[in-house]
Amino acid sequence: MEERLAPWLTARRLTALVGHSGTGKTEVAVNMVFALAAAGVKTALADLDVVNPYFRSRERREAFQKKGIRFVSSSQTLVDADVPALPGELNALLEDPSLRSVLDIGGDSGARVLSRYRHRIAAQDGQMLFVLNARRPQVSTPEAAAWNIRRIEDIMGLPVDGIINNTHLCGETRPEDILAGAELAETVSYMTGIPVVCHTAARSLAGALPALAEPVFPIDIYMKKPWER
Amino acid sequence: MKKEMITVAKELWKGNEAIAEAAVRAGCKCFFGYPITPQNEIPEYMSMRLPQAGGVFVQSESELAAINMVYGAAASGVRAMTSSSSPGVSLKQEGISAMCSGELPGVIVNMMRGGPGLGTIQPSQCDYFQATRGGGNGDYRTIVLAPCDIQEAVDMTQEAFDLADLYRTPVVILGDGMIGQMMEPIEWHDIPKRELPPKDWAASGRKGRDHSNFVTSLRIDAADCEQFNRSLEQKYKTIAEKETRWAEKDAEGCQILVVAYGTPSRIALSAVEELEQKGIKAGLFRPQTVWPFPSARLAELAAQDSLKAILVVEMSLGQMLEDVQLAVKGVKPVRFHGRVGGMVPSVEDIAAEAEKILQEVQ
Repeated sequence: MEERLAPWLTARRLTALVGHSGTGKTEVAVNMVFALAAAGVKTALADLDVVNPYFRSRERREAFQKKGIRFVSSSQTLVDADVPALPGELNALLEDPSLRSVLDIGGDSGARVLSRYRHRIAAQDGQMLFVLNARRPQVSTPEAAAWNIRRIEDIMGLPVDGIINNTHLCGETRPEDILAGAELAETVSYMTGIPVVCHTAARSLAGALPALAEPVFPIDIYMKKPWER
Repeated sequence: MKKEMITVAKELWKGNEAIAEAAVRAGCKCFFGYPITPQNEIPEYMSMRLPQAGGVFVQSESELAAINMVYGAAASGVRAMTSSSSPGVSLKQEGISAMCSGELPGVIVNMMRGGPGLGTIQPSQCDYFQATRGGGNGDYRTIVLAPCDIQEAVDMTQEAFDLADLYRTPVVILGDGMIGQMMEPIEWHDIPKRELPPKDWAASGRKGRDHSNFVTSLRIDAADCEQFNRSLEQKYKTIAEKETRWAEKDAEGCQILVVAYGTPSRIALSAVEELEQKGIKAGLFRPQTVWPFPSARLAELAAQDSLKAILVVEMSLGQMLEDVQLAVKGVKPVRFHGRVGGMVPSVEDIAAEAEKILQEVQ
């Protein structure tokens, strides 16, 4: 089944998504596990964001259960306790060789949660992917984005292995935004030596993009605001 | 070269960060605050950005200290701000009352969360009474701006500093946690400049005057204190005349009018559109200032022959509801739908409630 999936999705058993806050790590993580599960892969998602109180992947917990996706979250029993606690069950995701796991990490210094596990992650078949959104003002220049990558690497004690161009403006995204993101990602890649692994695009926009050097990952929007349909 | 290619008008901002940046762009020079969810990104952003912009950021020892630092900074004539969420804003009430009495400008952001007490970190509008009636002592009012999206939060924040300086009064930006936490595309606008009076009252040095300026909230002589209260009354009357704001969608000629502010107004708008698709004439009335409340316009809309009922939607047990009832004066039935404790109303529930009310009143 796995051959239907893009190589970057299946390249490693563990994928941790890091990046500047608000770049869309959670939306990418949720789409990754749904794509993996749809292809019949035994999949798990860990919501390890200890920064954001709202718009968390745990809000989609029921949907994960329906698809057979194992889900663990920080502060599992008291979801609004605002306590940066990590679940013990996370060990299963790190150690179980039969599980493909996606770790959704809080923005910027939220990557600190990974530093505790860095030796174990380094010993595993894992990758750190940096989620980039060119429309977020604090990572909208190559210098700022490269600095953000290095800062996150310092905080978590692990190197970033790839860049995901997740450039969007919520419901107002145009193809040119994604292309501007591709250009930014390419420059950051040139500066840092870290490859671009893919570009995301809402399913409705994916077809409107010209050919890009890296694959396009079509995504559905799951993290909606209360008034959005 | 590449930098220029990626420079565009629209940017993606989180509400709290955007409000902080808007304040910096409005010339805010001092921020004092204490962390509390769901507004932490405001002080976090300010701690990074304000020193770059030649300002001062202080994480105070408490919310009470923060508002009194705003009092001090404002008294010296600089633009100052604090932010917090519900329980923290409760602690600031004494300082806000003192600022009204000292006639000091300042901006206070409240990203409301579920209460009472420490409550929950999830979004709420349960501090409407506190913001519009004054949680502190005395006959005072604060201008209360209620944004419903990040663009409006940004524009209102920039304007809040002008309003505060123009009327020498604290201005509250009343958001719910959702406004602070969500992300939306925005563009930066130049807010039309107002003619602002010089701050010749500021305690910032004698500067050749024949007297020293003195800022106080103490007026021991009763007759003097009454006269001061009368001057405040006149100021609030002027503000009500000039600064009352609202927005409407299909409010004229509708059968059912939904009244909501902030996040619930976004949800209500989706519900109104859903009702209209079903052929029901629904409208939305959204106060942008909740003090001064747009009572006169709401009374006009209530008097329309087409209108059968009004539905107020809030993330509270019914607080703005009282202002709606005061405005409508019983000429039409006013009903209420509220979610509390950090829960958010749904499009479906609002639409269903509106349909049910229409059936009941017809």
